[in-house]
Amino acid sequence: MNTKEPLIRLAKREDMARSQMWAIRLGAFLFAIILGGLIFFLVDSNPVEAYGTMIAGALGKKSGLRQVAKLAIPLLGTALALAPCFKMKYWNIGAEGQITMGAAAASFFALKCYQGLPSVALLIIMGIASMVFGAFWAMIPAYFKSKWGTNETLFTLMLNYIAIGIVGWLQGGPWEGKPGSQIIPNFDTKAVLPKLFGVHIGWIIVLVLSVVMFIYLEYTKHGFEVAVLGESENTARYAGMNVALVTVRTAAMSGAIAGLVGFMLASGTNQTLFSGIAAGAGFTAITVCWLSQLNPFAMIGISVLLAVLSKGASTLQTALSIPASVSDIITGIILLSMLGCEFFINYRMIFRGKHEEIQKTMAKPKVEETSAEEIGQKVAPWDAAEEKEAE
Amino acid sequence: MEHAVEFRKITKRFGSVIANNSVDLYLDRGIIMSLLGENGSGKTTLMNMLAGIYFPDEGQIFVDGKPVTIASPKDAYDNGIGMVHQHFMLVDVFTAAENVALGLEDGKYDMKAVAARVQEISDKYGFGIDPNKKIYDMSVSEKQTVEIIKILYRGADILILDEPTAVLTPQETQNLFKVMKNMKEDGKAIIIITHKLNEVMEVSDVVAVLRKGEHIKTVRTNETNPDELTEWMVGRAVELDIARLDPVNPTPRITIAGLSCRDSEGVKKLDDVGFIAYGGEILGIAGIAGSGQKELLEAIAGLRHLDSGSIIYSPEGAAPQELVGKTPMEIREAGVAMAFVPEDRLGMGLVGGMGMPGNMMLRSWKQGKGIFVDKKAPEKLAEDVYKFLEVVTPSLDYPVRKLSGGNVQKVLVGREIASSPTVLMTAYAVRGLDINTSYVIYNLMAGQKAKGVAVIFVGEDLDVLLQLCDRILVMCDGKVSGIVNARTTTKEEIGLLMTSEGGNK
Repeated sequence: MNTKEPLIRLAKREDMARSQMWAIRLGAFLFAIILGGLIFFLVDSNPVEAYGTMIAGALGKKSGLRQVAKLAIPLLGTALALAPCFKMKYWNIGAEGQITMGAAAASFFALKCYQGLPSVALLIIMGIASMVFGAFWAMIPAYFKSKWGTNETLFTLMLNYIAIGIVGWLQGGPWEGKPGSQIIPNFDTKAVLPKLFGVHIGWIIVLVLSVVMFIYLEYTKHGFEVAVLGESENTARYAGMNVALVTVRTAAMSGAIAGLVGFMLASGTNQTLFSGIAAGAGFTAITVCWLSQLNPFAMIGISVLLAVLSKGASTLQTALSIPASVSDIITGIILLSMLGCEFFINYRMIFRGKHEEIQKTMAKPKVEETSAEEIGQKVAPWDAAEEKEAE
Repeated sequence: MEHAVEFRKITKRFGSVIANNSVDLYLDRGIIMSLLGENGSGKTTLMNMLAGIYFPDEGQIFVDGKPVTIASPKDAYDNGIGMVHQHFMLVDVFTAAENVALGLEDGKYDMKAVAARVQEISDKYGFGIDPNKKIYDMSVSEKQTVEIIKILYRGADILILDEPTAVLTPQETQNLFKVMKNMKEDGKAIIIITHKLNEVMEVSDVVAVLRKGEHIKTVRTNETNPDELTEWMVGRAVELDIARLDPVNPTPRITIAGLSCRDSEGVKKLDDVGFIAYGGEILGIAGIAGSGQKELLEAIAGLRHLDSGSIIYSPEGAAPQELVGKTPMEIREAGVAMAFVPEDRLGMGLVGGMGMPGNMMLRSWKQGKGIFVDKKAPEKLAEDVYKFLEVVTPSLDYPVRKLSGGNVQKVLVGREIASSPTVLMTAYAVRGLDINTSYVIYNLMAGQKAKGVAVIFVGEDLDVLLQLCDRILVMCDGKVSGIVNARTTTKEEIGLLMTSEGGNK
């Protein structure tokens, strides 16, 4: 009878059990791995060997592990920076530029003021300077948005190029080392972050920051303001929040953390400054944010996973001479399927001709209803409390 | 004779909610059928399946005795079915005829022919519409007329009207009913979705009652009465009286004079508004949607920039103070509460993604120690509201967006009342609520009044305003067109004030 019933229909799912959600995510990951294996097969490599090499390269040796940590630190730091912005539905895609400006500010002190200061003081000054500059860079579009309603997505994106351009100019101009080299000299050892377990202590900073960010978002007044504003500007105003202030403040905080990441990249990872210092962390962190659904602890896992993939890819290139672009394809497949599987968590598909039986459990729960008059006569609990106080 | 439309065992589910459960229903030509039911009883869902918006999970629809598949609105038109939705789908800068022509698939747009045909339809049924008038120049009822002509033009002879009277004045409603009767004489089958009993009795030939997704009964209108219908609708007899006590010792609480404001486009929204709201009374505010009710409440709550005017607040046992210039937070802390229920219920006042405690916190979030929010007090309050108002939710932390409309409003109104305000403003507090829940809200308002609170109640249903309020302020086009005594006035008087500026003229 129903000749024109659509082949597949979509129905919104009710809340799914947590275990089922994670099963779907795991399934998506396995699907991506199999698809990636097919691609290895197409470029004439043994998929098992290729994956083995990736894992061994990233996790097998201490040097690999250190490399993974180094890659994960800026990803995690930047994702933490973006979390409050995204929670506020303020699309800051300018972390790349905020990192770069933070790195530049830290580098100024590292290059110009290293004499006469003890290492710890110098590092603290560099950190503060990077945060101030990152915050400043992020506040510009936020101010414009709250004042004139400009689009923050475009604005923050454009500021990236300006920041990178400024550092490019410093590199070839005022801060250039050997004339004509286009390179800024390496920092004095006093300006380099100390190491713990072979990796600069940035990893401790970002781990502590994860906890702080979690508390900030969940338990503070600021966090509550951010959450409400992200849902509805009208409601935020109604609740007496200063929308412009919250917007600018949150963006500034985000920029400060991104700036701090820039400091860690300049002082810890590279010991110098160059225009490409952010190396895409500002953009990859957006993916980290989405995959972790803004949960700071999930961000730790996701940034490590991405770092493992990235390190594994470079091992593949050296060990099996599989081009890096192939690894990029596989990383892309994994990310896409992990983001895409959220669709199956939110919707289910009904195929033509399949009609599910009405489940007994679907029947509405019986609710004992009190009549309107009875409710009108009941004393509200908050009134009862007042009366007691009065007595 | 075959039935114009027949539903057989139609079932539609949304997730775990059954919107329609095995509904059998039929309709003949030359008949106006009222589809009656509380909100959430599945009226609109059932009609949306006829109009091609939804597709039934189970069951079969027949048109003129033949099984049909309606998978899109186009399929519905092909079967002669057209639906007028609650929200109009018109292009403002186009004329009536141009809107009708939109989406026609006859190759070329001959606007003259379309306009002539629109005129013809208008004359035939007595719509009285000018095909060349732009939509932005039209009143709400004219826009609705264009929607009806749009589906008639496409050859529909089975018409579905989804709560058409919700946006109309009593006079406009009468016009609509006249037109509906003309169409009926012409042999059209008409379904009108409504939950207003007096309209059911007045306009329809048969009434079909839905309750909780199931078809309860279909009867001839002249063989039933409102009491019986109510009982079928809600499942048991409900007392329809609201206890209205005389105000005890009313004292001026809010004195407003010369209030004017504009919207962001510079259009005047409030024009020299002035009145006094007394403690211990319920002041109703009536008016066609968009006459300035929202702006007035926002102005008092400090959410709107004013061109001029003053709002003097006189709390008990304290000196009067000017509210204009204060922040929303200061006004709220002075004891002025607002429960505004916008069209989408969540836009202002609630955070859809949060559970009940988070929404309770919207009022108290500044009270925590230092930089932290206090989560305990809002949790306690959420628990109290949950128990006291019998909010149906799987858990307190369940996002309020997923609650049904009535429960969302209980959360909102409960929170505002729990703050022990001295001025309580509500707008459309019962919008879309079923009868039982509506009366819970009315009784809460009456309870606040008895406590000496100045209640300002913006409402849509004139019957309710007349029964609940002490005085009714009528707004028209941003002006106060009259303040009447709710005990002595009539619906007709209010209806006239709603449409006549200045009132006393």
